[in-house]
Amino acid sequence: MNTLQFSIVSIVIGAAVWLCGHLLGVGYVFFAGYTILQFIVLASAWNILGGYCGYVNFGSAAFFALGAYTTVFFYKFNPLPIPLLIVIAAVVCGIVGFGMGYLTLRLRGAFFAIATLAMAVVLQTLVVNWDYVGGSRGAYIVRAENIQIGGFAIDYIEYLFLLMTALAIIAVGTSRLIARTQLGFGFATIRDDELAAEASGVPTLRLKLIATTVSGALMGMAGAPFPYYIGYLQPASAFGLEYGVNSIAMPIIGGTTNWVGPLIGAILLGSLQQLATVTISSAVNLLIVGLLLVFFVVLAPNGLVGLVQDRLNAWRKK
Amino acid sequence: MSALLHVENISKRFGGFVALDGINLEVRQGERLGLIGPNGSGKSTLVNCICGALQNEDGQVHFDGAPMNGLAAHERTHRGLARSFQLPRPFHSLNLADNIRVPMLYTVHKRTGPLHADSVDARCVELLSLVGLDRKARQMPRDLTQVEMRKLELARAVAAEPKLLIADESMAGLSHSEIEDILALLMRLNERGITIILIEHIMSAVMKFSQRLAVLVSGKKIADGKPEDVIKDREVVGAYLGQ
Amino acid sequence: MDVSLLINAIVAGLLLGGFYAAVTAGVSISFGMLDIVNIAHPAFIILGSYIAYFAASSLGADPILVSVLAMPLFYALGVAIYQVYYLSFERRGQESLRGLAFFFGLLFVTEVTLILTFGVDYRYVEAVYIGPSLHWGDIDFPLRMVVPCAAALVMFSALHLFVTHTFTGRAIMAVSQDQLALQLMAADPIRIKRIAFGVSIATASLAGALLIIIQPVEPSVGREYIGRVFAICVLGGLGSLPGSLVAAMLLGVMESLTSTFYGPSWAPAVSFGFLLLTLAFRPSGLFGR
Repeated sequence: MNTLQFSIVSIVIGAAVWLCGHLLGVGYVFFAGYTILQFIVLASAWNILGGYCGYVNFGSAAFFALGAYTTVFFYKFNPLPIPLLIVIAAVVCGIVGFGMGYLTLRLRGAFFAIATLAMAVVLQTLVVNWDYVGGSRGAYIVRAENIQIGGFAIDYIEYLFLLMTALAIIAVGTSRLIARTQLGFGFATIRDDELAAEASGVPTLRLKLIATTVSGALMGMAGAPFPYYIGYLQPASAFGLEYGVNSIAMPIIGGTTNWVGPLIGAILLGSLQQLATVTISSAVNLLIVGLLLVFFVVLAPNGLVGLVQDRLNAWRKK
Repeated sequence: MSALLHVENISKRFGGFVALDGINLEVRQGERLGLIGPNGSGKSTLVNCICGALQNEDGQVHFDGAPMNGLAAHERTHRGLARSFQLPRPFHSLNLADNIRVPMLYTVHKRTGPLHADSVDARCVELLSLVGLDRKARQMPRDLTQVEMRKLELARAVAAEPKLLIADESMAGLSHSEIEDILALLMRLNERGITIILIEHIMSAVMKFSQRLAVLVSGKKIADGKPEDVIKDREVVGAYLGQ
Repeated sequence: MDVSLLINAIVAGLLLGGFYAAVTAGVSISFGMLDIVNIAHPAFIILGSYIAYFAASSLGADPILVSVLAMPLFYALGVAIYQVYYLSFERRGQESLRGLAFFFGLLFVTEVTLILTFGVDYRYVEAVYIGPSLHWGDIDFPLRMVVPCAAALVMFSALHLFVTHTFTGRAIMAVSQDQLALQLMAADPIRIKRIAFGVSIATASLAGALLIIIQPVEPSVGREYIGRVFAICVLGGLGSLPGSLVAAMLLGVMESLTSTFYGPSWAPAVSFGFLLLTLAFRPSGLFGR
């Protein structure tokens, strides 16, 4: 299936899901679905740098929050339509991703990971001290009840859901495209053995910078509609640990070596968390994520996709 | 013949430890140079500095007439400098053919322009057959023996179509006939015009292969000349060869 | 500029720095010497804080005493974690991505477990030496900072002596530099690393008690310390205990000055910013250490 076919199929699926929810009139589907789609974007984006290149980014929450705060900034300054905000967030976060990469990618993997954590805290501190966007008090975003699209009025949440579906398609599509091209091949050499890759002529720094820029931009895009979704944005929630840990846990649990893993991880883990939040408590659901992460990293390092592949290989050999 | 590689007075320190101390070395176009010395003498550090995996603190590396200081390793590979690693470093998630494909796509393509996918595939298998691994082209590195991994390592370096190939202990652990095979391969490559630096402990192979022999001990070059002269040098015998 | 304010800020910074050295000692061992990126270390420190809190509030025991008694438990925890880490990652040579994710998961699990057990309210302990201050002219020496600093320096010195004067300690230093040589010395590198990691986690017990003496603690406080700890480690030279002491003092003073003159909300940025600058401008290549 080539890229065009894939795009069409995913658009059709996305539209179908939306239509079902719209016709059934179940608002909760859109609220919960939005979160899961958001995680699909974050997980796929993280995986481009983390899974493909092997560089762990602990600062995913920072890019997400940066995208969200770009929206808040414009809301206070001069409100813009969300699709435009998404593009702006992509540019801003892409630049920050590039900058972060330039400063830190010469470091060994472990130092890079710590540096990403440091960047996240520095960014958070800057935002907390920036009163224009609300600082630690937070910022209120008022969203309209519904929105006109092509003559039809739909609930605003359904609109947000549509946007996030589009972003999810873009994120997964990008991830898949990279994996199928020479870029993905180059990423794999970096992950496997960066020294050998350099010695073989792979321009590792350049490729890593591409990864951080694309990854950062996608995460920022996921964050841009968030203030409209949540209504009240606070640094603690925007920079929250749940985004950081989920961006890592979902690809690892799903499988990091291809584009399917983060998608599966996000859908499964996202749904599980929605269930747990509703039935037990939100703290417990985070505990479950953490435990699953440790469990999978130790026992099933190739994730669910890896487990399935092993089963298939074993079955084929019979 | 002009010097293809000119290592000019390079030094490298790790904290207080001096790994290389003012090394001067010239390798002429088409030459076969043997580099020997005890473990820890700095041979691998020298290779790393020449190839750009490490940056030397003092001195300059000239390759093909151009200064190399500051250039990243991949850029040096693009210019025709290739090396195999002493401890094999295959790409574990790629099969053997794909391992060979990496330098083709990233080095050879860069020089000569994109090749057709089929010719790349054919070339990969051809290179693997040079080292006797063509039947394992679709297998993964983890299924190889240590010896086969060394051969893959060498094949991958050759895939970059270098002007100068540094073979770092490619023969460790090989049987006598396998050593002969590798030597024959290196000779053939040399006949095609590839300059070769052979780093080895297996003295019979080194003596057979080298036109010139250099000896590194404790970060200093203590001998450099015709093999038959160097092995009789008292300092060399005392420091490395023993008797 | 108010000179006494400046001097007090510096003194507070030095006292804080002593404490930071204790906090960092564990990571100095695990990261500096064993090359294990244990970013969960601050979470174990918080665990130590809560144990001290629990013992102090329900038994009225002295937090420092409790933490010293708890050290063997933490040591055992460290050994267990290293075993899992070794079997899952080090042996397979996949440390980087998986190891980091593993410790991140541990950090998370520990923090959330503490939240579920104790809630998100700030906890603090009461002890004889929390409250009073010594004075020398205009300079204040709050005992709640002096005692932890002193205890920290004692632990730090003990560690330094251990590493330089005992066989096991020297073996730990050696294993970071040359595993082969260690094996030739008939010492089992894996066992040595296990001991080292156990010691590393054991220090978290005491560090935790000291932390809750200095400031009120809640589960997410650990995250602020990740940057500090690694900044100090890197600044001080990986694996060098004396180096990390100097770096800790330096960082402590810088944070104290920032806090005093620019406000405490900027303090986290200091250590993390310092870390970033150090990492960005160190001339480290792929081999760089």
